[in-house]
Amino acid sequence: MTTKSARGKGESFLSGLLRHQIVIPIAALLLLAIFNLIVDPSFFRITFGYNSAGNPVLKGYPITIIDYGTELAILAIGMTLVTAASGGQDISVGAAIAIAGSVILRILCGTGESTDGLQAPIIVAVLVACVVAMIFGAFNGALVAFFKIQPMVATLILFTAGRSIAAWINHNELPVTSDAGFKAFGNFLPGIPIPAPCFFAVGCFIVTWALLKFTNLGLYVQSVGINEKTSRLNGLNPEFIKLVTYVLLGLCVAVSGFIKVARLGTINYSVIAKDIEMDAILAVALGGNALGGGKFNMPASILGAYVIQFLTTTLYKFDVQSDALSAYKAIVVIVLVVLSAPTVREKLSTLVKKLRNTNQTVPSA
Amino acid sequence: MREGSVLEMHGIYKSFPGVKALQNVDFRLCAGEIHALMGENGAGKSTLIKVLTGVYQKDAGEIRIEGKGTVQIRSPQEAQRAGISTVYQEISLCPNLSVAENIFLGRGEEKLLSWRKMNQQAGKLLDSLGIRVKPTQQLASCSIAVQQMVAIARAVDMDCRVLILDEPTSSLDESEVAKLFQLMRDLKKRGVGIIFVTHFLDQVYDVCDKITVLRDGKLVGEYAIENLPRVELVSKMLGKELDDMADIKNDIPVFNEEKAAPVYEVKNLSSTEGIEPFDFYIRRGEVNGFTGLLGSGRSESVRAIFGADKVTGGEVRMDGKSVKITKPIEAMKNGIGYLAEDRKRDGIIGDLSVRENIILALQVKTGFFKPFSKAQQIKFADEYIKLLDVKTASVNTPIKSLSGGNQQKVILGRWLLTHPKYLILDEPTRGIDVGTKVDIQKLVLKLASEGMSVTFISSETDEMLRTCSRLIVMRDRKQVGELTGDQLTQNTIMNTIAGGEKE
Amino acid sequence: MKAGRIFLAAAAAVICCAALTACGQTGGNGGSGGKKGLIKVGVINNDPNESGYRTANVNDLQNTFTEANGFDAQFKYSLKNDEQIDFAQKFIQDEVDYLLLSAAGTAGWDGVLQDAKKAGVKVILFDRTVDASDDLYEASVVSDMAKEGETAVEWLKGQNLDKYEIIHIQGVMGSDAQIGRSGALDQAAKDLGWTIVSQQTAEWNAEKAQQIVQSAIDAGKSFNVIYAENDDMAKGAVAALDKANISHGVGKDVIVMGFDCNKWALKELLDKNWNYDGQCNPFQASYIREIITKLENGETVSPKKIIMEEKGFDAATITQADVDQYGIGQG
Repeated sequence: MTTKSARGKGESFLSGLLRHQIVIPIAALLLLAIFNLIVDPSFFRITFGYNSAGNPVLKGYPITIIDYGTELAILAIGMTLVTAASGGQDISVGAAIAIAGSVILRILCGTGESTDGLQAPIIVAVLVACVVAMIFGAFNGALVAFFKIQPMVATLILFTAGRSIAAWINHNELPVTSDAGFKAFGNFLPGIPIPAPCFFAVGCFIVTWALLKFTNLGLYVQSVGINEKTSRLNGLNPEFIKLVTYVLLGLCVAVSGFIKVARLGTINYSVIAKDIEMDAILAVALGGNALGGGKFNMPASILGAYVIQFLTTTLYKFDVQSDALSAYKAIVVIVLVVLSAPTVREKLSTLVKKLRNTNQTVPSA
Repeated sequence: MREGSVLEMHGIYKSFPGVKALQNVDFRLCAGEIHALMGENGAGKSTLIKVLTGVYQKDAGEIRIEGKGTVQIRSPQEAQRAGISTVYQEISLCPNLSVAENIFLGRGEEKLLSWRKMNQQAGKLLDSLGIRVKPTQQLASCSIAVQQMVAIARAVDMDCRVLILDEPTSSLDESEVAKLFQLMRDLKKRGVGIIFVTHFLDQVYDVCDKITVLRDGKLVGEYAIENLPRVELVSKMLGKELDDMADIKNDIPVFNEEKAAPVYEVKNLSSTEGIEPFDFYIRRGEVNGFTGLLGSGRSESVRAIFGADKVTGGEVRMDGKSVKITKPIEAMKNGIGYLAEDRKRDGIIGDLSVRENIILALQVKTGFFKPFSKAQQIKFADEYIKLLDVKTASVNTPIKSLSGGNQQKVILGRWLLTHPKYLILDEPTRGIDVGTKVDIQKLVLKLASEGMSVTFISSETDEMLRTCSRLIVMRDRKQVGELTGDQLTQNTIMNTIAGGEKE
Repeated sequence: MKAGRIFLAAAAAVICCAALTACGQTGGNGGSGGKKGLIKVGVINNDPNESGYRTANVNDLQNTFTEANGFDAQFKYSLKNDEQIDFAQKFIQDEVDYLLLSAAGTAGWDGVLQDAKKAGVKVILFDRTVDASDDLYEASVVSDMAKEGETAVEWLKGQNLDKYEIIHIQGVMGSDAQIGRSGALDQAAKDLGWTIVSQQTAEWNAEKAQQIVQSAIDAGKSFNVIYAENDDMAKGAVAALDKANISHGVGKDVIVMGFDCNKWALKELLDKNWNYDGQCNPFQASYIREIITKLENGETVSPKKIIMEEKGFDAATITQADVDQYGIGQG
């Protein structure tokens, strides 16, 4: 998945390191961590305790970040593939999450009064949500791959209509469930102190790793993203590959939607996962991936997602004024993205090289 | 600075990580002279040009220009201001703008205020150079030849003293080359010094006054054209004695299996690219070629065979069995490989490494769920890097940082790796140095002797004459003749193309 | 081929727009030209999915202004003020008899109301008021948001706590509801020296509220009151408290306050998990209908401003009957 740059003589380990794509989100992470540590040395403290239901839980900022960053990290996986293959982004993921969540609650709560019991097994609800989300993903994918519509334009349709569709699935009502078994998936599984969403995240990472290692998905997606014509002449089917990436994103949407509704046991169509598409795109960009498609680095995107969550949590911690929250986030993101630009990294790399060279003694002529 | 010189470069050094591209190179260009710069791939020709034009910064050495003394050229703009203009192999103009706009694009000092004035001035310039194109025509709709001449016109209008032409004739046919040379001679009379970088020996001897030879980053020598016979030139470029004029076909046994069904056979093959439906067959161990003028449909024919364009009709049989080939993957699964003509658009996947580019076709053939391990990929890659002598820093270098010729070798390696029954090569030696050209021709004959069928397309007919046992002649998108045995001479080819037959 | 592609893409877009209109606007049975004898009414409201309150409000209006009851009603929804203004203009052009409005934001309505007056369209405000002189509308049936806030704050004062350390979770900034409910708390905090530990907007969003409270917990801040300006946000806050095993409710460590009186929220009061819920009465439709009847009969409406009767519910005193009667939405 990662590319090692060609390192010739004269390049130090450090400047070679700076060429690695994953350095960017790591650097951002370190910056945020150091900043928080300076202001509040107890930032990384993790404590063990019990929640109201009597389950053992781990608490602390790092846990919060990993917990709440789950949906974004899972989405970043799909968004990375979509960006790499089609050179564009899917801005409908927020609306699609609303649909997926709505489907799940519809199946679990049935119609009418919400009961404490569930109308159907959770696994059924999740599978149906997966299928529905993948169908919508295929819809987006078909528009992009076969009709050659620009991704951001094509996904605008679902972006606009999606939340209304989500509301319509539940007849514009807001279903609520308080089933403990269901909510455990969004909070804590009994007896396990690590938040349940983290397990989903790890599960998705493992599946993604396996997919990229044991199939040619990575190679095909990158080929299609870099040069579609050549890919076709080498026997690939670019349209199909692009479609597949959108469907995979749909799967990510379904999982994210499940976690989101499981957290609170309810859904609010206008508001659930609002603006998550922007965060997902930012995660991909922060990971150093070209938004125009081509090569990608999956771990960097995932790390980028957690960096964004880290940023959000940090801003809440400092009681940043609500209206200013978005502004601060934007500034930090701009700075991070500029620093990650290839030109800047090149300059840093040369700078490091220069500093190294001035430290070496010059042999006499 | 010596008398009559318009440009002098002394003791130029330039290194990149791991590669010494130029070591102590001198170069001298006189006014009113056409000076060829020659050398194999990796000899340092492009590097020298890029240093001269400010794309790279030299590590050491001096550049002097007539009337300006010693100059430091730190950017392409500074090169332009010093009077150095370049026309590159890949046209670096804007295809979506008009001819006139391209001529005056980005030349900051004069701000042209009226379109009419611009078109008028462009028109005058084009006329004075004998270039027949309307100033308002969109550049993309002009032929490559015209685009190049527009690029030259632009350079001339900027009052250049030094005009660098980097592989200008690669995409031109004979008449266009003649026009270009006429233009060059006109400029010569005006006192412009022209540096002509090319692989084509014939053209060098046609139009140049002097030759400078580089090898492995070092200067071999500067020679007047009348003092350097061809064979000597080639041997200086390679650093060894070479009998490339020999008939290599005699050295290699020919595969003979007359009785068996052809490896590939098609009737009434047609595609959306406008070629007339044609029949074609090729036997095991046979090397055949398609020849004809630019645009006669050679590439389109082989693309139809491979399924690269949309196939609209045709019955295909391979080894006697009827098969369906309408898509590249079907062709590949049936053992056909295709090296495309346009390496940049259809050949390389720029950001991927050399290793990934080499294994790509075989990987797709093997299947989605069976990726090669990294070790296996490296093994495959190393095999062909060695076989084809590809110059690259490592298997993991992005292919886009290799020189054009080396890129070509990588793509060739890709298709060889798939061990096809039938290999189609469209301009496989374009951009490759003389020595390797011969190696590839020998390789093709060797593969044929082992049973592989090869279609070889080249704009250098003597290349095809040396390797092919059968030539299909095309004109205006249809087949007009098939030549074998004694008919394989330049003259017969010319006549068939020109249309000696009665239709 | 290109034309075919464009056509198919356009068809896809049209289908989706149809889906959008079908799902987004339920109701809307306006025939053009107004049916004989029916009173033509144009209703502009906020997004029905904004909260449980809104859903109840929307349903109430749709159930009241039906053909059977003698009305030809059209409904338009948006969370954005300028979109609502556009809808209003359109209704005026359509020559509705009455324009009913719950504005997304208080500012910017002068122009449209003037136009309505000139065209003879009678305007009745509901739920939220606007910044405009009151001769521009016939009547307003609104919640006095400031009063809601004051009722809540009064109740909080009455709890007589040793110290007041409050996490203040606000709604969408600039909305009438937020201004009213925040205003009361800010004033009391200033006067009585209460500590506002954290004051952020969660924009009516439970997830954001949860993150805000989570952040306060992680920072180790000490607090004993959560003042959430609607039930959804209170729910999110409580989720964070449960995660951290911080007890809340009657007789527990943290007091939880919400607004809207959703049925499920009132149940939480009954179960003594929450402490207070402020009513925001969504059932304005019957009042509006009365006003329209009066106006049709030529009577004048006085007083112009009808304040909804709203009270606050204390967990200590709430009964099941209260839940059944006042709770909105599903359980």
